[in-house]
Amino acid sequence: MNQNRSWFRVLALVLGFAFLYVPIVSLVVFSFNESRLVTVWGGFSTKWYGALLNNQQIIGAALLSLKIAAIAASIAVVLGTLTGMALARFGPFRGRTLLSGLATAPLVMPEVITGLSLLLLFVTLEQLIGWPEGRGMATIIIAHVTFAMAFVTVVVQSRLAQFDESLEEAAQDLGARPAKVFFLVTLPIIFPALLSGWLLAFTLSLDDLVIASFVAGPGSSTLPMVVFSKVRLGVSPDINALATILITIVAIGVAIAGVVMSRQQKIRDRDAQMALAANQQMIESLKKG
Amino acid sequence: MSGPGMVPLGQRINFWIEDALGAVVHSPVGSRLRRWGVTGKALVTSVPYLWLLLFFLVPFAIVLKISFSDAQIAMPPYQPLISWVSEQVLEIKLNFGNFAFLVEDNLYWKAYLNSILVAGVSTLLCLLIGYPMAYAMARSSASVRNMLLLLVILPFWTSFLLRVYAWIGILKNNGLINNALLALGVIDQPIQMLQTDFAVYVGIVYSYLPFMILPLYANLEKMDLTLLEAAADLGCRPWEAFVKVTLPLSIPGIIAGCLLVFIPAVGEFVIPALLGDPGMLMIGKVLWTEFFNNRDWPVASAVAIALLLFLVIPIMFFQRAQDVESGAVHR
Repeated sequence: MNQNRSWFRVLALVLGFAFLYVPIVSLVVFSFNESRLVTVWGGFSTKWYGALLNNQQIIGAALLSLKIAAIAASIAVVLGTLTGMALARFGPFRGRTLLSGLATAPLVMPEVITGLSLLLLFVTLEQLIGWPEGRGMATIIIAHVTFAMAFVTVVVQSRLAQFDESLEEAAQDLGARPAKVFFLVTLPIIFPALLSGWLLAFTLSLDDLVIASFVAGPGSSTLPMVVFSKVRLGVSPDINALATILITIVAIGVAIAGVVMSRQQKIRDRDAQMALAANQQMIESLKKG
Repeated sequence: MSGPGMVPLGQRINFWIEDALGAVVHSPVGSRLRRWGVTGKALVTSVPYLWLLLFFLVPFAIVLKISFSDAQIAMPPYQPLISWVSEQVLEIKLNFGNFAFLVEDNLYWKAYLNSILVAGVSTLLCLLIGYPMAYAMARSSASVRNMLLLLVILPFWTSFLLRVYAWIGILKNNGLINNALLALGVIDQPIQMLQTDFAVYVGIVYSYLPFMILPLYANLEKMDLTLLEAAADLGCRPWEAFVKVTLPLSIPGIIAGCLLVFIPAVGEFVIPALLGDPGMLMIGKVLWTEFFNNRDWPVASAVAIALLLFLVIPIMFFQRAQDVESGAVHR
């Protein structure tokens, strides 16, 4: 390849990734800063971590956010998998276009619109049937499921489109019912997609400020809501400490997911090789006999 | 481990599922459901369908309804559209005042136009930065490629709010950039960068860049490189081959990436609220202010409907592209 062009490619990557990562690195570095002035270095200190852990408001909000994210992600994975199955495997059916539209629109819908419309729905429902009584954790979970399931649907649908339908057909030919095919053949194959879908839904929920602000009631402030009201007043080092903790958790989670997935891939590759080898042996023995 | 009497776990689960399914399918309930035409497929489809109808489609109808009602000081702060005037007379009051208000007041026009401008320029900047990156990633060796892909996705998993917050520390008057420039003697007065339009552009490009890179990369990675060899054999210079072959082939990726950046950026609230000038007009911020500060739900609803009407066309383009991409278009 041309020397000039590879030089250009390296430059594009270095500058691009520097742009993506310098702000994140700066968050982490200044979380260990002695000085309150965040961006002026005053010596190494971990005191902001102590301040953070003593901040009951932030700890309470973090626990609420984690609970909401775990529940919302689990429901979103179930609904997103069902949607992905319907879109990728059921062929054309009545209402398919509408379903695919409803399933992908939340991906790009501005959050202020989603948040406002869901709040108005909850208010109307409360007037009509008395549920939900006020707003809080339940309404935030419903809102998060609704936009997170779109991401799970896309992940599951693209995974299903990648793998060979003949595996499922083979199981069906051997007499398995559709539901059994799903649990014993499809589900194990798309499991990595479900795992990454769950993690994606979890982080999206944990991260959401705008939608939660609309549908949360008094007394149910999530972590982003507390952080937002704090950083609106300016930088504060304990928020840097919080960011560092979150980044560390994400890094560990991604590393674990990566190891699990590569191990599964190895098992699948080995199984495929064994199947091929067995096939070869059978052919050989048939030739001899 | 497994003695002669032991059944492997997988097979045991297999039996359980078979038993459970058999029980349902052969039960009176199962046969009755089948007689009504209720099949497994219909059940699988109907659950997410109902969820999306109730929590995604119906809410828009309600927003539309409330955008036509009058504000009042009560909870909820809007008047009903339909009310019984007497026993027999049903009154439907449609109030177009909220929309007339949007059209008459310059502020809303400016906010819409400014949002479109900011989102459009940011999308272009994302494309200019993202395309070379995606191109360079797609042409790297396989092992490097996966690592780079992970590096692009990683910021997704860290908090969006905190990544925007990081820029406050970088851009403010005694922030990283100003301190560095002052120390180097390039400037002797800090440059005002925070609370400017520049900061909003930086924030949007930074936050949405991965959304641009990923579809572009997916597209460029699966391109058939022999086409470039063919172009070279036919006497094309590299840059000519890029313009005539690579660029046209990557148009679906460009469209997907641009829509993924543009549509949410139009309604962006957090970035202008944290990095922009308090007076900067963005439609997401206007909607937020109408709702939370002025508590005018009908006007907020009208703002949302007008924004939605504007975004319907790009959203439909996006869905079309999405369908083509997933190979699921049925003719």
